[in-house]
Amino acid sequence: MTEDNPILVYKDVAKIYKGGNVAVEHINLTIHKGDFVCLIGTSGSGKTTTMRMINRMLEPTSGEILFNGEDIHTSDPVTLRRHIGYVIQNIGLMPHMTIYENITLVPKLLKWPDDKRREKAEELIKLVELPKEFLDRYPSELSGGQQQRVGVIRALAANQDLILMDEPFGALDPITRESLQELVKNLQEKLGKTVVFVTHDMDEALKLATKIVVMDGGHIIQDASPEEILRHPANQFVEELIGAERLIQARADVTTVDQIMLKNPVSITPGRSLGEAIRLMRKRRVDTLLVTDDEGYLKGFIDVESLDNNYSRATSVSDILNTKIFYVASDTLLRDTVDRILKRGLKYVPVVDKAGKLLGIVTRAALVDMVYDTIWGDNGDGGDDDNDDTSQPATDDVTGVAAGHNLATDTPTDHKEA
Amino acid sequence: MSSLSTWAQFWYYLDHNGSYVLSQFTRHFLISIYGVLIAAIIGIPVGILIARHKHLSDTVIGLANVIQTVPSLAMLSIIMLGLGLGVNTVIVTVFLYSLLPIIKNTYTGMENVDKDILDSGKGMGMTPFQILYMVELPLSLSVIMAGIRNALVVAIGITAIGSFVGAGGLGDIIIRGTNATNGGAIILAGALPTALMAIISDLVLGFIQRRMEAKRA
Repeated sequence: MTEDNPILVYKDVAKIYKGGNVAVEHINLTIHKGDFVCLIGTSGSGKTTTMRMINRMLEPTSGEILFNGEDIHTSDPVTLRRHIGYVIQNIGLMPHMTIYENITLVPKLLKWPDDKRREKAEELIKLVELPKEFLDRYPSELSGGQQQRVGVIRALAANQDLILMDEPFGALDPITRESLQELVKNLQEKLGKTVVFVTHDMDEALKLATKIVVMDGGHIIQDASPEEILRHPANQFVEELIGAERLIQARADVTTVDQIMLKNPVSITPGRSLGEAIRLMRKRRVDTLLVTDDEGYLKGFIDVESLDNNYSRATSVSDILNTKIFYVASDTLLRDTVDRILKRGLKYVPVVDKAGKLLGIVTRAALVDMVYDTIWGDNGDGGDDDNDDTSQPATDDVTGVAAGHNLATDTPTDHKEA
Repeated sequence: MSSLSTWAQFWYYLDHNGSYVLSQFTRHFLISIYGVLIAAIIGIPVGILIARHKHLSDTVIGLANVIQTVPSLAMLSIIMLGLGLGVNTVIVTVFLYSLLPIIKNTYTGMENVDKDILDSGKGMGMTPFQILYMVELPLSLSVIMAGIRNALVVAIGITAIGSFVGAGGLGDIIIRGTNATNGGAIILAGALPTALMAIISDLVLGFIQRRMEAKRA
C-alpha cells in the first residue's frame, strides 16, 4: 500500500437523477493501491451506483473521481474501461464465444498479438485451477462456479490494476461461493490488485475486505477496516447490518488461530512401532496421535480404532497412517476455523505454519474459552481461573459423547500460557 | 396426349420442356431472392435502429404490419400502376412483404440479448459498434435468420402470382396450364417445382439457423 498515491479518490461525488431522485450524495472516499474495498449496504443504498461511476457506466452529477490522480471525466470512457476489470453478478460471459475468446476479449480490443493472448489465457486459466482444455469450450458447458472463475480472470486479462466486482458471487451456492471468495482473495493478495467489491453479505465483506464502506440511503455511514467496524460500529444501522451474532463473534474475527491454539500437541513419527504409539496414547490419555516426520512436518494421523483393527498385521505407525487430515494455517482467522470445526463436526484441528510444520491444535475446549470471554468479557486475571473451570467439563463432555477428544490433555497446562 | 394419365403427361411435359421449366425455376428463385435480399439490406439496419430507439419501434413495426395486411394481388396491381409490367414490380412487392418478418425478427433478436452481457461488454470497454458486431448481431443472428427464412417462403408464393404482371417464373407455367384444356399436367409442372422450392428453401435456411444456435449451445 502506497499511502501517498491513492489509486482512486472520490471528491464530494453525487448522482442525482432527473426529478431530484438522489442515488448517492457527498461521497468522499480514498482507495489505495492494494486495498480490497467492500461497499456494503441494503438494496438502494447506492453501493452499485458508487461503483459504476468509477468506469463511467454512470456519470456523476457533481464532484469528481480521480483514477491514478487523473479526473476520469477527462479520459475517454472506452479507454478507461479497458484498464479497469469488471465482473458482474450474472457473470456476463459471451455465450457465443469460447472461454479463450471470453478471457482475451479485452486484450483483443487492445490489439494484442495472438501468441501473447494465448499465453495470457493459459497463464490465467491455470491461476484459477481450471484445465487448459476449457479454453476451447463454450460458457454453457461450464458450471456456474466455473463460469464465474472465468469471469474473474477475464477481468485480469489485460493486467488491469483496479477491478470492480458487483455482487459477483450472489447467485452461487454457499460452497462454491466460499471457494471463489478464497480464490479472489488469494489472487488479489498475490497479484497486488485493487478491488472494489459490492456486496450485501456482511460475512463476505468481513472475510474479503481490508476496508469496508457501509452505505445507506446514498450516504457513506462508515468507512473503516473490518476490525474497526466490528469493534466500533458507527451507529445502530451498522450494528444491525453486522448483526448481534457477529458482534459476539467479533473476537473470532480478529483473533488468529495461533493465539488460542494449544502448543505441544501429542505427535509421533511414522517410523515408530504401534506398541510405542499405544503406550504414548495411554500415557497422554488421548485416542489419536498426529504424525509428523523428524523435522516436524505434519503427515497425517492415526487413531486408536485403526490401531486396534490392524494391530496384528501392521508393525509401524506409517502402515496405518491416515493422510486425509484437515488442518489450518497459523495465521488463519479464528472465525473461519470456528466455522469449519462446527460445520465439519471436527473435534480438533491441527495448526501448521506456512511450510506445513505442526505448531499446535485448536480444540473445541479452546472455542469454549473464546465464547466465554466474548460473553463475559475479559475480566483480567480473575477470569482466567474461571476459564479453565469452564473449559474442563466441556472437554469431558465431548470426550464422553464422541470418545474422541484427544490431544486436549494438554489443555490445563498449556492453556494458562495461552 | 389425352390418352395418357395426368402423371404420364406431367413426365412427358417435363421431358420435352425441361430446360424451359428449369429456366423459369431459376428466374422464379432469383426474383424471390432479390426481393428478400433487398429487404434484408434495408430491414436489418432498420431493426437495429428501432432496437436502439425504442420509441420508433411501434411506428415502424405498425407500418410494416399494414403493408403485410394488403392482399398480394392488390399490392402487385397497385405497384404495377407505378412501375408498370415486369420483374421490377414483383421484386418490389416481395421486398415490401419481406420487410415485416425481417425488421420484427431483428428487433426481437436484439431485444432478447441478455442485458447483463451488454453491460459487461460495455464495462470491459467495447465501443457501441463493437458491441453491435461482436455481441448483439452474433447473438441475434439465428432469430434474424428465422425472419429471413419466413420472408423467403412467403416471397416464393408471391413471385408465383407475379406472373400476372409479366414477370415470368414458374407462375407462367401454371397460368399456361389453367388456360389450356386438360392442362392439369402443365399446372403440376409449374406448381410442384414452386412448392418444392419453398420447402427446400425452408429446410436449408432452417438448417443454417440451427447451426447458428448450436454454436453457442
